[in-house]
Order: sequence, then structure tokens, then C-alpha cells
Amino acid sequence: MNIAITLTVNGVVRQVEVPGRRLLSDCLRHDLGLTGTHVGCEHGVCGCCTVLLDGEPVRSCLTFAVTVDGHDITTVEGLAAPGGAMSPVQRAFAECHGLQCGFCTPGFLCTVTALLRDNPAPSEEEVLEGISGNLCRCTGYQNIVKSVHRAAEIMAEES
Amino acid sequence: MTTKLFGEPVRRREDPRLLTGQGRYLDDLGGDALAAAFVRSPHAHARIRDIDVSAAIDVDGLVAIYTWEDLPALLAQPLPLLIPHPALTHGRTAHPLARDVVRHVGEPVVMVVARDRYLAEDACALIRVDYEILKPVVGVEEAAQSAQLVHDDVPGNVGAHLVQEVPSAAGLGAREAIDAAPHTLAFRLDIERSASMPLEGRGVYARWDADDRSLRVYTSTQTSTSVRMAIAAKLGLPLPKVEVIAPDVGGGFGVKIVHPWPEEVLVPWAAILLGREIKWAEDRREHFVSSAHERAQVQSVRVGFDDDGRVLGLEVNILHDHGAYTPYGIIVPIITSTQLLGPYKIGAYRVEFSSIYTNTVQVTPYRGAGRPQAVFCMERTMDHIAAHLGADRTAVREVNFIRPDEFPYDQGLIFQDGRPLIYDSGDYPESLRMLKELIGWDSFPEAKARAAAEGRRIGIGIGCYVEGTGVGPYEGGHVQITSDGRVHVSTGLTSQGQGHETVFAQIAAAELGVPLERVSVVTGDTRRFGYAVGTFASRAAVMSGNAIALACRKVKEKALRIAADALEAAPGDLEIVDGEVRVLGAPGASIPLATVAVLSNPLRYAFDEEAARATQFAGTPAFDRPPVEEGQEPGLEGRDYYSPLRSTFASGMHAAIVETDPLTAEIRILRYAVVHDCGNLINPMIVEGQIHGGVAQGVGGALYERMVYDEHGQLLNASFMDFLMPYATEIPLVETAHLQTPSPLNPLGIKGAGEAGVIPVSAVIASAIEDAEGIGIDRMPISPSELFDLRRAATGRSTSET
Amino acid sequence: MKPPPFDYHAPRSVGEALETLADVGEHGKVLAGGQSLIPMLNMRLAAPGHLVDINRLTELATLDVEPGGVRVGALARHAQVERSEEVAAAQPLLRQALRLVAHPVIRNRGTVVGSLVHADPAAELPAVLAVLGGSVRLARPGTVRDVPAAGFFTGILESAAEPGELAVSAFFPLLPPRSGTAFREVARRHGDYALAGVAALVGLDDDLRITTARVACVSVGPAPVLVDVTEACGHRPPASADWASAARAVQERTAPEADIHATADYRRHLTGVLAQQALRDAAREALDA
Repeated sequence: MNIAITLTVNGVVRQVEVPGRRLLSDCLRHDLGLTGTHVGCEHGVCGCCTVLLDGEPVRSCLTFAVTVDGHDITTVEGLAAPGGAMSPVQRAFAECHGLQCGFCTPGFLCTVTALLRDNPAPSEEEVLEGISGNLCRCTGYQNIVKSVHRAAEIMAEES
Repeated sequence: MTTKLFGEPVRRREDPRLLTGQGRYLDDLGGDALAAAFVRSPHAHARIRDIDVSAAIDVDGLVAIYTWEDLPALLAQPLPLLIPHPALTHGRTAHPLARDVVRHVGEPVVMVVARDRYLAEDACALIRVDYEILKPVVGVEEAAQSAQLVHDDVPGNVGAHLVQEVPSAAGLGAREAIDAAPHTLAFRLDIERSASMPLEGRGVYARWDADDRSLRVYTSTQTSTSVRMAIAAKLGLPLPKVEVIAPDVGGGFGVKIVHPWPEEVLVPWAAILLGREIKWAEDRREHFVSSAHERAQVQSVRVGFDDDGRVLGLEVNILHDHGAYTPYGIIVPIITSTQLLGPYKIGAYRVEFSSIYTNTVQVTPYRGAGRPQAVFCMERTMDHIAAHLGADRTAVREVNFIRPDEFPYDQGLIFQDGRPLIYDSGDYPESLRMLKELIGWDSFPEAKARAAAEGRRIGIGIGCYVEGTGVGPYEGGHVQITSDGRVHVSTGLTSQGQGHETVFAQIAAAELGVPLERVSVVTGDTRRFGYAVGTFASRAAVMSGNAIALACRKVKEKALRIAADALEAAPGDLEIVDGEVRVLGAPGASIPLATVAVLSNPLRYAFDEEAARATQFAGTPAFDRPPVEEGQEPGLEGRDYYSPLRSTFASGMHAAIVETDPLTAEIRILRYAVVHDCGNLINPMIVEGQIHGGVAQGVGGALYERMVYDEHGQLLNASFMDFLMPYATEIPLVETAHLQTPSPLNPLGIKGAGEAGVIPVSAVIASAIEDAEGIGIDRMPISPSELFDLRRAATGRSTSET
Repeated sequence: MKPPPFDYHAPRSVGEALETLADVGEHGKVLAGGQSLIPMLNMRLAAPGHLVDINRLTELATLDVEPGGVRVGALARHAQVERSEEVAAAQPLLRQALRLVAHPVIRNRGTVVGSLVHADPAAELPAVLAVLGGSVRLARPGTVRDVPAAGFFTGILESAAEPGELAVSAFFPLLPPRSGTAFREVARRHGDYALAGVAALVGLDDDLRITTARVACVSVGPAPVLVDVTEACGHRPPASADWASAARAVQERTAPEADIHATADYRRHLTGVLAQQALRDAAREALDA
């Protein structure tokens, strides 16, 4: 039995009918066509599926779409400025080679976007703690950590 | 190389799409496709008595259920054995769906197609398979001694057995040389299973065009060209009617070189049968039990050496756990056997391996592909020698190094490509010097003493390796300059995050003298390039990089010839700068490559003003020559192949400082240093990224990751909760320094870099822990719990104390 | 890895939730943060017929510092509790422990009460509730009961919450004056379930001598192992307390099991090490209090 829900995704009101068991990750990817959110483990460990729920990063594979009926979701597709200009976090990842295959990247970007909003100048330890729930198999994290610091710098320069 | 693009840390061209959610990975495609799911064996070894699908028939949205009995003749056969070898006397591969016996947990038994994956899984859950449970064979030593067989017709569970032996200069065999040596040591080493574990699993999406009778398959693979040939062969389709595309691939690390996976033939087959698009996206649990693992070996070592630590003879006996099947042949143990020698001149060498079947997931290459085991063996040996002699560990290595003036150096073995193991170039003493300086090797004893005074235990370790990269047989490149001035580059091999779009564009732009922005690169799409081998063995930059460079040179030659006609100059007086062909020393005398492209293709019909210049009533025709001269082709394009005589050998040395907690036995890496030599660097930023990632996987393999099977053949940690891939909090900062010893074997002087980072890490960490603890480390990975046990064994205490 | 089908209920009030839970009885499962439940559903290790989603019950997203302790509502997320300065001031052990619970993103969604009801012996919060002597409030239509920690954790992944009951809040008592707490653990990776972990509470008298010392240990039994080590410490000031004998007393009470990450001996050893460290830390905090 499908349930009608309304989500505001990247600022756009979307209505969709889903079964109760539909994971938010699948709803975003397959019902709403926003495939930028990736699915790497479906048990909450890898962080690839991280999106912002009312601004806070959460695992979309550990969230039912019906649970977040009426809420705001931001996915990687919604991080750039309305005109398409990449956000400071996105630019920093490009500048610092913070991604290789790119599969884990959307989860990192969402996590880091929230991290820097709450803490615009994090210490090394705070960065590590902040991204500690996201797996990357390509980069060895070194350039991701560098990207987070660089993003903080860019944001400070541009504010 | 005229422009500065080659060797520059150019930013990646892949990134804007991957950073904005516009990447297209396998499961991002085919939004309307039906979903496939599989019933997989819950038993390690069992005979299928019966399959009852009746309860699943009523599942809403169910489209089809297939078992082995439904498969047509070609598909009902076992899958191909991709790399046969004379020593692989008992190669065995699985059927796409189990025929009668299942040989590991996770083997596919039934395929279900339904409207979506949820429903497909609902149907799978309702299918009842009646199994007669057979006794499983688990553990490589157990399997080698067991009367129980994984395959009824493979005696002793031995799939392959191979001996390679290189006598000493004096003609002594290794055993004789060891027996005659002033010092001898014998010991045993163990490495456990790990796996590639890319964050994107495997996946296949097939579209059948019934009108055109053609098939298009997208698959998350490291070789689309070979998947294409396998699908055409297995489905009995004409090759030109099958196209295979590797879209954005979310990591490979070796596991995606295996093909065709059962799903890669079953999904297209069902798509044709049903006339519907079908997609299968592997989930994480499937990836753990149905793809491939690597690493597991038990090694017995005997070594003889002189008072300086010079190795006079080395004998290694390897038991290699191959899992249930051998689709990729015996490449992994061959690499271990041959790459074991590293940067050293070993007096006499004998290596023997037995490749053993067990009722576990099959073993195929994972980044490093047998080399981490090889390096673990040789570097542990060097440390044993140093400990025995009371010598510095680096001094023992130094005395065994091949010297820079000894290249090319023939190790006297046959490598994984079937060709002689001859090192092309390198400078190992310099590499060691740089590493010792980077990590502060010589001053470490003081640091260690200071730490000890504070009650802390720290240790330093080292590991050296040589890696055969860029194995053949060939790769190709195609370069086309179109009349809009754009340069279209394609190569057949695939990309999984290595930045090929960027480095191949750098090579093409530098070769052609065009701005980087005008170059676009396509990899892994058989519509663009049909001949290729694949992305593995750190070969993409060497093989396709050089092929693209050669193809560019062909195009450039043609462009200069056409431009020479148009500019009334000799081709030798022309250069290409910024996309324009110019006459040297004659400013203003130039023609854009776009125009050259127009002129390269004589036209009857004009579609725009530029094209009009190439039509038959334009310009001054030469009536004594045909519009396309003999031996020429229309268009400004070129295709070439690079096929090397043999592999090129990259090298490197790593060192680490670790701290072990005296109370909790936790192990922390304080510093990690890398000196790396992959010849000329195309893009240092990308090479460093490859090293960082490799080291991180190596740290995983050394301290965290293992596949744990119980005696029933159940994988106990088939999840990211329990298979401990490191997070950012577990990975040290990697300090890198580059040495560039160009390869004399290829036009660009490059060597591969993809796997390097992972190769020596277990050896380095073992060396460092041993140094910190004063306890021998002969088994990796190592956990705090195991270190705790080793400590207790070393002190002879039998009860735990705080 | 997709969850099996279930009937979904999204009550708009606690009353409605209780009625629904009563109706579905043993076939029902409460969904709060979902960070433990949904992985089990995705792996089809659980297949409840009915899922009662309490995420709309904002009346349960409460965090109250009461005179006797901190009351955490069923919908208060880990992150909310962790960030609350008021809670940290009133009961610092909560923040100390919450920082060790998984990763920040999981804590954004997971709930404190959910962790307690999940009753994973490797989890931190049950040990916190146990060492503090807190309780969980369980409700069904017309009835509410408070179950003390000692009786709440009944086995591996088993709690006193019965089918049809909703855990509406948990209560973490305040510390007496001159007492301190600490949480120490060793995990394979940062954020993993601990191989061993110890929550400690030490209380001093006016002469700054130890009057209370107890620990709750994780991952060494089917439920948090609560050990009173006041005697073992000796009625002495922390500086001369016999922490080693206290740690041995703790070890004697543990019954760890081996798994793929650690042997039983190693867990017992770690528990001793961590008990000593946590007791020292707690005593130091008590001295500063």
C-alpha cells in the first residue's frame, strides 16, 4: 500500500507515493531521479548515502521516506548555488584532489557542508571526527582532510 | 613534449560532474529497468536436490524466475577460464547459476526478475532450495591435507603446482646454496584474506533493441571490450551487434577485472528473452560473498646468507588459497613467486607454489595482486637476516640491492605476462637514501630511547618493492580532430577513478599542441574503441598513455602534411601551438587545426561555411591526383597501438613509525613515509593520490581487514560493521618523495603507479611493530588482541593481568 | 538489501501510538531513530508485521533537567543530548559516553532511549544507565511503569520492554556532590562498538575519601556488568586507593566471550585496564567537583 508524501528536496516541493518500506535513498534516487546520492552498504556504515535532513546530515539508507514526510532534504545536487556555481566545499575538493572514483564523494560533501556551517574553522581533530563516519576506498582521506580545511579557507575568504 | 602540460598537477576534468551529483554510475542508469536479484547458496558445500519456486510465483511484480535448467546450451556451460596456464592442470570455473553442487556461500542458484529490487528480494525469500549439505573444506592447509574434495575430480584440492628455479652464478641450486651458506634461517609466514571492496559494488544493465537486434550492456567493469566478447560468445550474438560500456565506475581495485561474472551474461540473456531492460546492482552483502577475495597465503621460507647479510640462496614454498574456482587462472601466485625478489640480487632462488581449492569465495587479483604477500615474504626475510646478524635493517637491504649500473637486470624468471622478468631501470640505493632522510632513520634510536624513558613503545619499520607494471599485450588509442577544432581521444580500457580523462588529455594536448580544454577523452566504451585489454596491473597510463601519444603523433604528422600544402611550406618547418599550425619563423603564416580538419576530408556537400572550403568546386583542384590519395584516408584522425616488449618495473620504499600501547596493545601509526619511483610523472597530484589511497588500503590490510571464515565455510564478517575498512581516523598522513627514473621501454618514459602504495605496507608495519615490541611478527594482519596474545606468549605468562 | 514489507503506522500523538502498539502486540516494532533497527530490516534479520513510527511525536523530543536527574524523551536524538550544555552540566557522563557512540551522522538520528531499548551489550548508553542507577519509563494505554536499570537489561538485545509497550523516556540521576564519572573504551576503529568499555562513578566524602566506586562494563556479558568496587578501593583518598585491586574485582565479575575481533582473555584484560583508567579519571573529576 503506497503512502503519499511531500518532500522539499533541494528547495523544490516534490510529491511522491511510496510504500512504507521505501528507503529515503531509493526514493531520492529512483522515485525522484536524484541519483547523486549513492548507496554503498545499506547498513549505515559507509556514509555514501548521507544527505541533509532539515540541514543535518543523516544516512538516507537508514531512513524511511515516509518518516520524513513534510521535511526538507538537501542532496549533492542541491549544494551548488542556484546558478550552478559550485559551493566552496565542492571547489575545495576539486582543488585538493579530494576525490578519485567519486562514489563516496556526495556523502562527504553533505557531511562537510554541515560541519563547516556549524564550525567554520575546525581543528584537525574536529575535521577527522566530523568525517569519521564516511568511508572512502580511493583517497586515503589525506586530500579529503585537506579539502575540508581548504573549504573553510575559501568560505572565510568569501564571507 | 613542447607544452608544459605533461608533468603538471592539472586539476581533474572528471571532478565537476562527480562533485555535483552528475556522475553516472551503473545504478544511476536505467531508471525504468526491471530489477534482478539472486537466491544464493547459504551453504559452503552442498548438493542441490530440488528448487521449489511455487511460493514466489504470487509475489506482486514478479516477472521471471530462472534456474540452471532454464539456461540455453552455451550459458549452461561453466564460465570461461580466462587465463589458462600449463601449470593450472585442474582449473575449474562456476556455472552462471549453480548446476548441481554449490561450492561457496554466495554462489548464485536462482535468478529472479521483478518490477523493482524490493519485490525481487521478496520473491527470493520465498524460493525454497533443498540442499544436501556436504562437508566443506576451509583453510588452505586443511584443504591441502584433506581427503574431502572441493571438486570431485581435483585430487588433493590442488588446482595448480608450479616450480621456478634460478641457480646461482656458480651454478648452485637454491637448496645447495642455502646448505652451503654461513648462516641459514627457516620460518613460516601467514597472510590472511582481504578484498578489493570498492564502495560501488558490481552491476549490469542490459538493453535489447529488438528492431535492430542489437544489445547494449552497461557494466561496472575494468574491461568492457572483453566483457563484450564474452557476452557475444556466450549469447551467440554477432560481435558487431553487442556494445559494452563502462559508465562511471565507483572503484575497482582488481575485483572488476574478472569477467564475465555470472550476472554479466545472465542479465543480458534475460533482457533479450523478456524483451525488457533489466538491471542488477549488487548490494554489499552480495559483494562480500559472491565476488572475489585475495591475499591468503601460507609461506615457508629457507634462506642462506653470508656475514654481510648477502642472500646466497632463498627457497620459498607457498600454499595459495584459491577459493572455490579459478576463473582468473593462477596470476596471483605467479606474481607472488616472481615479484618476491624485489630490488635484490638473490644468489639462487627456488619458489614453489600449490594453488589449493577451498569452499570459500574465489580468489582473483586485488590491488597489488600477489605482491603484498611477496614483499611481506622478502622483507620479513631481510629483517630476520638483520636480526640474526645484529645488523641495521637498511644495511642488509643495501648489500643485496641491484646497483644502478646493472640495468637491464634479468631475474631469470618468467613474469605474469609470460615474458622474461627483466627490470628496465631503477635506482634503489638512491631511493633508500631518500627514504632514510625522509623518515629520519638514523636518528630514530634516540627517539626510541626517549619514548622508552616515558614508558612509551615506538618502533620503526621499512619495506622495499619492485612492481612490474604496464603489462601487455597492448592497448590502443584513437584521436580525431574534428572541423570545430575539438580533439576526441578514445581508448578501450576503462577508468575507476584514476583520472584517465585528465592524464590522457594532458598527453594528447601536449603531443598535439592544443589547449587542454579542447580535448575530450572517452574510455571503456566499445562503441568508440573495440580493441583493449583492460585496467589492471598499473598499466593504464603506460599502455593507453603511450598508445594515445603514438596516435597523436600520427595525427600530427598528417595535420602537418595537409597544412604544409595549404601554407606552401615544408612539414618540417611547421609547429603546432595553441591549436594552430604555424610556419616556424614566419609570424602570421598559420592555419587552425580546425581548418586542417576541414581540408582533410574532401566533401561533395557543404553543411556550413567551413565545410564549403573542402567541397569539389572550391580552391584549386589537382587534376592529376585523386581527392583521397592512395594510402590515405579522409579525416584528421589516427589510431595506434602500444605493445611493449615486456613490462616496465616501478619501485618504491616505505617506512613507518608505530606506537604500541603497553597496556591496551593498541597499535597506532605515528608517521608513514614513501619514496616512489614510477618514471616520468604525467600528473604528480594524481600519482600522489594513488599512493595515499594505496597506503590506506595497505594499512587496512595490515591492521584491520580480514575475511573470517568459520569451519563451516560461513563468512562471519560480511558487513562493513565487521570487515573493518579504515576511516579517516585510522589512516596516517603519508609523506611522499618522488624519484624519477624514466623507463627506456616506452616513448613517454613512464611506469605504472596505481597499485604501488598498497604493496609493502604489511611488511613495513610488521617490521615496525617487531621493532617496537621485540617480538617476531610473522602473520598479518595483526589486531590488538593478537598483539596481546603475542606478548603473553613471549613472556610466558598464562593469566591476564592489568 | 531491502527491508521486507510491513504495515506502517504514523501516530500523531503518544496516545494514538500506545493504542496502535497495543493493537499490534508482538507483531509491532517501534521506529525511533532507526539506526539499529533499519540495518536489521535491510538485512532481513527482522521482519515485524507492523512498524509504529514515533518520529512525528515531537512531544517526546524532550530533554528535561529535573531536580533529581535528566529525563530524556524517546525522540531526543543523541546529538541533541550530546550538545546540551545544561545536560552536560547536570550529568556529564552522558556527553562523555555519547561522544563514543558511533559517528556524528549516526548520532544526528539515533535516539538515547532507542539505544537503551535495543539493549546491545556492546553499546555505551546501557552502561551509563546502569552505573548511574537510572530507569526507563514504559507506557501502555492507561499504565506507566518505571523500570530501574538493574532490571531493564535482560539479555543480549533484550530489555524489559514488553510487546505493546512504548519506552517514553529514560531517567539519568544526577551525581551526588563530590562525585565524578568517566567513560573509557577501546574500539577497533573510531566509532565502532567497543571491544571493552567501562563507565565509572566515584563519590567522595567530606574528607575526600572514597565512599562510592562502581563501574558498568560493556562487551563483557549479555548486559552491562555493574560492579561495586567501593570495598576494593578501600575507604581511602583517591591518591592512595587500591585501583589495581578494584580492577581485579571488576575482571572477576566479567564473563566475556571471544569473537572475531578479540579473545575473551583480551577483553577481560582490557576491562581491567579501562576500569583502572576510568576509576582514576572519575576520582579526579570528583576531587575537582
